[in-house]
Parts: sequence; C-alpha cells; structure tokens
Amino acid sequence: MANLVGARLERKEDKKFLTGKGRYTADINLPNQSYAYFVRSPHARAKITKVDHSKAMKAPGVIDVFTGDSVALDKIGGLICGWKIVSHDGKDMKCPPHPVLAKDSVNFVGDHVAVVVAETLEQAKNAAELVNVSYKVQKAVTKTEDATSFETIHEGIDNNLSFDFLLGDKGKTDEAFSKADKIVKLDIINNRLIPNAMEPRAAIGDYNTSSDELTLYTASQNPHLDRLIMSAFNAVHPEHKFRIVSPDVGGGFGSKINVYAEDVVVSYASKKIGRPVKWVAERSESFMSDNHGRDHVTHAQLALKNDGKIIGMKVDTIANLGAYSLVLAAVTPTYLYAPLILGIYDIPAACCTVKGVYTNTAPTDAYRGAGRPEATYVIERIVTKAAKEIGMDQAEFRKKNFITKFPHQQCLVHNIDSGDYNAHLDKALELADYKNFENRRSQSAKKGKLRGIGFSTYFEACGVAPSAVVMSIGAGVGLWESAEVRFNPTGNVSVFTGTHSHGQSHDTTFAQIVGDKLGVAIENIDIVHGDTDKGPFGMGTYGSRSLAVGGTAIVNACDKIIAKGKKVAAKMLEGKPEDIDFKAGEFILKNSNKKKTIGEIAFACYLPGTFGDVKSPLPEGVEPGLIETSFFDPSNFSFPSGSHICEVEVDEETGETKLVKYTVVDDFGTVINPMIVEGQVYGGVAQGVGQALYENAHYDESGQLTSASYMDYTMPRADNFPQITIDYTCTPATSNPIGAKGCGEAGTIAAPAAVMNAVIDAVGSDISMPATSEKVWNALKKNGSKKAAA
Amino acid sequence: MAVINLKVNGKKISKEVPDNVILSDFLRNLLNLTGTHVGCDTSQCGACVVHLNGNSVKSCTTLAADCDGSEITTIEGLAKNGKMHPMQEAFKKHHGLQCGFCTPGMVMSAVDLLQKKKNPSEQEIRDWLEGNLCRCTGYQGIVAAVKDAASKM
Repeated sequence: MANLVGARLERKEDKKFLTGKGRYTADINLPNQSYAYFVRSPHARAKITKVDHSKAMKAPGVIDVFTGDSVALDKIGGLICGWKIVSHDGKDMKCPPHPVLAKDSVNFVGDHVAVVVAETLEQAKNAAELVNVSYKVQKAVTKTEDATSFETIHEGIDNNLSFDFLLGDKGKTDEAFSKADKIVKLDIINNRLIPNAMEPRAAIGDYNTSSDELTLYTASQNPHLDRLIMSAFNAVHPEHKFRIVSPDVGGGFGSKINVYAEDVVVSYASKKIGRPVKWVAERSESFMSDNHGRDHVTHAQLALKNDGKIIGMKVDTIANLGAYSLVLAAVTPTYLYAPLILGIYDIPAACCTVKGVYTNTAPTDAYRGAGRPEATYVIERIVTKAAKEIGMDQAEFRKKNFITKFPHQQCLVHNIDSGDYNAHLDKALELADYKNFENRRSQSAKKGKLRGIGFSTYFEACGVAPSAVVMSIGAGVGLWESAEVRFNPTGNVSVFTGTHSHGQSHDTTFAQIVGDKLGVAIENIDIVHGDTDKGPFGMGTYGSRSLAVGGTAIVNACDKIIAKGKKVAAKMLEGKPEDIDFKAGEFILKNSNKKKTIGEIAFACYLPGTFGDVKSPLPEGVEPGLIETSFFDPSNFSFPSGSHICEVEVDEETGETKLVKYTVVDDFGTVINPMIVEGQVYGGVAQGVGQALYENAHYDESGQLTSASYMDYTMPRADNFPQITIDYTCTPATSNPIGAKGCGEAGTIAAPAAVMNAVIDAVGSDISMPATSEKVWNALKKNGSKKAAA
Repeated sequence: MAVINLKVNGKKISKEVPDNVILSDFLRNLLNLTGTHVGCDTSQCGACVVHLNGNSVKSCTTLAADCDGSEITTIEGLAKNGKMHPMQEAFKKHHGLQCGFCTPGMVMSAVDLLQKKKNPSEQEIRDWLEGNLCRCTGYQGIVAAVKDAASKM
C-alpha cells in the first residue's frame, strides 16, 4: 500500500464519467420542480423606466415573475466584491450597487432584469418574451482605455475609476531608471477572454416549507463560501438552515467561484413559491454573464545596464473590471498581478500602478491564473524584447538575471522559499533541442514557412494563501483549508475536504496521500466534497491551492488519527504510546512482534466496552470514535516555476500560425500523481495557446458582445496542437509538509508569452493577442513580405 | 405530437413526443439518460454526440421525431455486461478526461472514428475530433487514448 504518492494511478472518478453516470447540476430533477428563465438586458447601458410583467403573469404555466422591485422589497442583498483594494491615496475602492435583478439601470448586455418561473422551461421562455421592460438607452463604454475619459456610468464613481493602485517604491525605481544604460519599452494589450467551462452554469433552489431548510444545487468551485456570502450578504437564508450542494462540476477555471445572480434568485424564488426552481444556462447566457477574464492595457519599461543586468522595472496597467466588481475582481489585477511582474529575475527596484475601471461589459474576475498570466505576459515579453535589443541570446539574458539564492525576498511582495531556475531552463533547452533551432528555421524556410521560437520562464504565487497576509491586504476571509478524516468502524475511511474538484482529480490524488499515510487500500478511501452538510467549512478550489493547503489539512488530520491510534494500540498491546511505531497501516510495539492493524484499532475505538481479552481497548481519558479534523493555514504562498519553449510556423501567404513544437519543464515541488499533473499542464497550455492564437471576447461600439457563441469565439480544438513534451525538476515547497507547489494554473500562466514570443520571432514585429491569421498576414505585409502581399 | 418507436441502448422504446423536441432533450428528460450532455446552443461543442443507426450525430440538432424506427446508442449503452468498451478503458488509462463533461460525446465520436477507419494517424484523430470541444485536457490524453484503443479494437 505504500508508495502511492508519486505513482501514475488511474483515476478513481473516471468510471462514472466514462459510463454516463456523472451527476452534474443540470442532471438533477426534483419532484414538483419549476423552471426559471431570465429576462436580460439587450442594451449595454440604459435606465429602466418601467418593468411591466402583467402579461407574462397571465401566460400559460407561469407561476410567478420576480423583478428588481421584488428582490428590493424582500431585502435581498446585492452581489459583493469579496476582496477590497485600497488606492495609493489611502481611499477604499469604489463598488457600485449590484442588485441581483436590476432595478433602475442595466450596465451590460446580459444584465439580469427579471425572472419568470413556470411549470415548464418552454412556458418560462415564452412568457419572458411578454415581460415588457422600458429602457432609456444611453451611450456605452466598452474599451478599457476609454473608460476614464467617458461620462460616469455609476453615480458617484468619477472617471469610472474604482481604484488607483500602486505597488512598489516609485522613488527608488526612478533612481534606478536614472542610472540605466538602456530603457526598453513595450505596450501590451492582454485580450479579454471568456472562461468557457464545458458545463454551463446551473442552479436549483429547493426550499422545504416544512423544515424551513433551503438547499441550493449549484455548479460551484466553493459551496461553503457561496453559502457564507448568500447568508451574510444576500440575506437569502440563515447559514444553519441553508445547504449548498455542488455535485459533479464540469470545469470552472475561476468562472464558478462567484455567487451569481442566478444562484441567489433561484434560491429566493424557491422560498417565494415553495417549490424547487431550476435554471440551466444556455451557452449564449454563459458567454454573456459568466465572469470574463484578463482585459488589461499596459505600458511596461525595463531599465538595463549595458551588460544585460536588469536594474529596474515600471509597469502601468489599466484593468477593465466590467460593469460591476465581482468577488475577486479587484484582487485579480492588483495583488495577484502586480507582485508577479518581476518574474523570476532579481530586479532590485520596481513599481506598478493599476487603474481598475468600470465599463459596460460583463464583469471580469478570476480566470485560470488570475493576474499571474497577465503579469507573466508582461515580464516575459519585455525580457525577450530586451535581450533582442541588447543583442544577447535570450536564454543567456534570462540566466544572467535569474534569482539564484533562496529564500529570496523580492522588492515588491513575495518571499520565494525555493526554486532552481537554471535547472528547469537547462533541461528545457536540452529537451527542446534549442542549439539546433536555426537548422529547423532553415528547414521551415525551405517549405515556405517562417519559423519562430519563444520562451516563457515563469513563476507564480499560488497555494492561496496565508490568512493573515491576505486579510491584511483586503481579503474578506482567510484562506486556510479544512479536512476531516473519519474512520468508520468497519475500517474504511471517509475524507471530507473543504476544497472541491471540478476536474482536478481530488478523489484520486487525496486518496493516494491518505492511502500512504494510513496504510489503507485506496479503494477503501472515499473523498467527500461539494456539500456544506457533509464536511466542515472550507474555502474551495481556486488559485492552485487544493493540494498545498487542502492536502496538508488532510495530512495533518491523518497525523492526529495516528497519534490517537498509538494511544489505543499501546493499551491493547500493553506498552507505552511512545513505544508504538506506525508503519504501513500497522501499529507495532517496539522490540516485540506485537502489532495491531489500523483497521483493528479503528474498530476498537468504537467499542469502549469489553473487547476480546481486553476489558476496554480505550485508555482512560481517550474518547471513543476515530474522527479527526484539521484546519491548515499555510505560512506562505507557494511558488511553482518552469520553462516553456514554443516553436511556431507561420504561413507567409495566409498568415496562419501553427504550433509545431512545445516543451515544458516545471518545478511543482512534490508531485503526487504525474499523470494527473501532466493533464493539468496539457490543459493549461491549451488555454494559454487559446488566448495567444484564437480566443477573444469582443464588444462592438454599442456594447453588443459579438463573440457570444462557439461560431464567433474560437476555442482551441484537437487539430490545433502538436504533442506537448513535459518534464520536471523538483525543489519542494517549504510552506507545507507535502512540499507541493501547485500545478493547476501554470500552463495557462506561462503559455501566452511563449507562443507570442515565438510568433513575434517568426513575423519580425509586434502583434497583439490573439495572433489571428488576419493580424499576422497584415503584419507580414507591412514588413514587406512579397508573399503576403501577393 | 407523434409516437415514435425506436431502440435505445438495445431496449425498445415507444413514446409520444412533441414535434419540436430534440434528441438530446428526449434522452435526458424523457428517458433520464443524462450521460448525454448539452454544452452549447449551436451544435459546436459535441458533448451531445450519440450514435444514430451506428453513426455519430449531434443529438442537440437531431429531432426526436425523426428518429422513429432507428437504433440509438448513448454513452450509457457502450459498456457491455458491466465491462467498459476498449475506448472507455483507454480514456481511463491515458487520462483522457478531467471534469468529464465533454467525455460522453468525445468517447462516442472517437468510437465512430474507429468504426470508419481502423488505424487512424494522429492527424486523422485530431481532425476527426475537431467537432468535440474539451476545455480541460488540451486533447493530448484524448488523442493518446484513441490511438491506444485503435490498437486494441
């Protein structure tokens, strides 16, 4: 049973998914269920002058219609920003009211105005057509760079500026820049993305009129947090009478962190009508109303000495928050972004400003990587440009500036505990056959293709997060994690975790850890998550935290089980607890052949009376049962890092970019299941490639989302990728006993820069993401390509 | 309204369905076969792929009423006597799934590929699966699974 950790075990959860037995929220149907359909704003910005739902109320099958007036009357609270940022002048960020159903104004296309609840979905949809909303349409602003000069869209928020954030020592940075031999400048747009988990969001409110208990089934990454927010802020139902169940969740990528209007409204509606109310998003609703990601406009500068040493960095960013501020909307482009602009380089002075602005677009929030992909894109693009401008090889330039001693206190925020950046870059250079790249470039040229190579030597801060640190910078909650390890009398084990799997393979990874730790067969371990009624309060899954934080809570709970087991074993084996060793599921009395299995001990713990020859197996003062709980709060973030090397071929005649070679060497610290980790990296890279080459959320001048279907928003597909090569180096994290650093977001963090550096290398001039054929072709034409012009 | 008679996963079914009901809704809502998923409104994502008379189709753009007299296999009907199909086994072995939402459509589509072409090249696998979106895996495990299944079927 030992050595499960590190093994490429097939997943415990796979069989149900492969045989059609997965159970997602939309698969749940409750007796006497009704259906909700939302009336959404067709306008990007308008005043609501009247909502007339009298006709809809009379339509066949309609049970009720709720509007902004209904929720206001019943004092249902608005949606919240959960992590508030302070501007450089000490003022709190400004958050506009965000009612779950709009009352006076709408601020993006898709904003919720009313909900129709009917006997069937078709009846709800048909009646929604009859809700007559009178709008006074206003001019809308959608572009990030236009926001501060546009008229005020939320009363009292001048210049549409939520916050003006500054990190770093401006004076010291100016001084460094005054000593520079060369200053490299770069303007960057980080394109807006739509997360697109394959399972559209869904929610079913189920109020029990007899017990006064409310159950919400919802596709969420963090059901406990949802319940807290919906109890404390939305005033939907008291926490102790409120259960949230997130069954199988079909991908999240950050888009299922937020409490959404639909969650609140179906819960509220169920209470109002005394029946279950079900809502399942259509994909177009997901495009319009899931939180979007990225959307930055940035000017970056790097100060260099002639020998290639970086001595300072300045970054100025405008981040588009969209129409409102969601739960992590403000922390994403500030504390999750600004400290990361330094990358893995020893930069002695830096400052970063971020203006968070409101526009008439869908609200943005965390999307896989959340701030860190944006930061990595800035540093890895400008470092590449700097190497080129001073005529140094880009690998050498990076190595010259790498941090090499750990722990390393960066000049902005992070204290990086461990890493070996040369090790992963060297390995990647070898695997990618960097030294023969120019030969491959010539071979591609013979086929009429322009070949380019791009690097991204990234790091990130994850394993979120030390509660005291995050709460000191505005987080509304601590980011510890919980676990309960419950030995059942028959010897199998139920493990409750406050994290939640939406594809991350927790059923397998956590069972591997528990199996090794307790010596229990993996098939006798059940990982339980996603139900507030089952396990203790936990913070959920995001920020590559589940293993580093949640896994550690599990390990600690297992240690408590073993400690108690030793006491019981000592009594049963007639020795002292300190003379009991625990190994591979057996408690052994030192210098004897006397032992008990953990199963025997567990059974004994539930039998405080006579047991065999022993009067009671429980020593005095030891309580019956074998259940232990642990809450783990990490001492620091964890800092995975790695090197990605990408090669592309560009067709000069069509501008089409093809990914032809992609190499990854990551340092994730301790890896529990390499197969699962590689899956996270393949998928993460694919999303990063998607941002670089295909994906783009686009609003037109009037604020219509013109990329609101899979026919308009280009998702990466199977035929867009070559085989990706993955390898590892390992410096264990010191902030948790597992040594895990986190792997869930790394691919998405690193890939956009690697791909775009390769495209720019091939084309010979700057191109913004996504590098569509049209953009590349136009750039080639501008650069004088005869083939492109032909 | 029309009465349709068809075989679903080998079982004879006779049901009255409204003319506008699509096959995915018929399977999910009337037969409770919720393994067939719906991930988009535009027939792009492929989560809803089932076999209609042996060929893969997107059940979200097939009218149930048009399936009168046909044989349908969904993901629930792929395993035989409790033993998973070689394609299902291969997906498990090669980590061809994470959240599992696209998986039923992906597997049904991949099975049809191997019916039509015994030993497809990697490029042929990737081209065939172009109509099935996966947001989790980056397709690498899926492609490896299909290759492996091809060697065993």
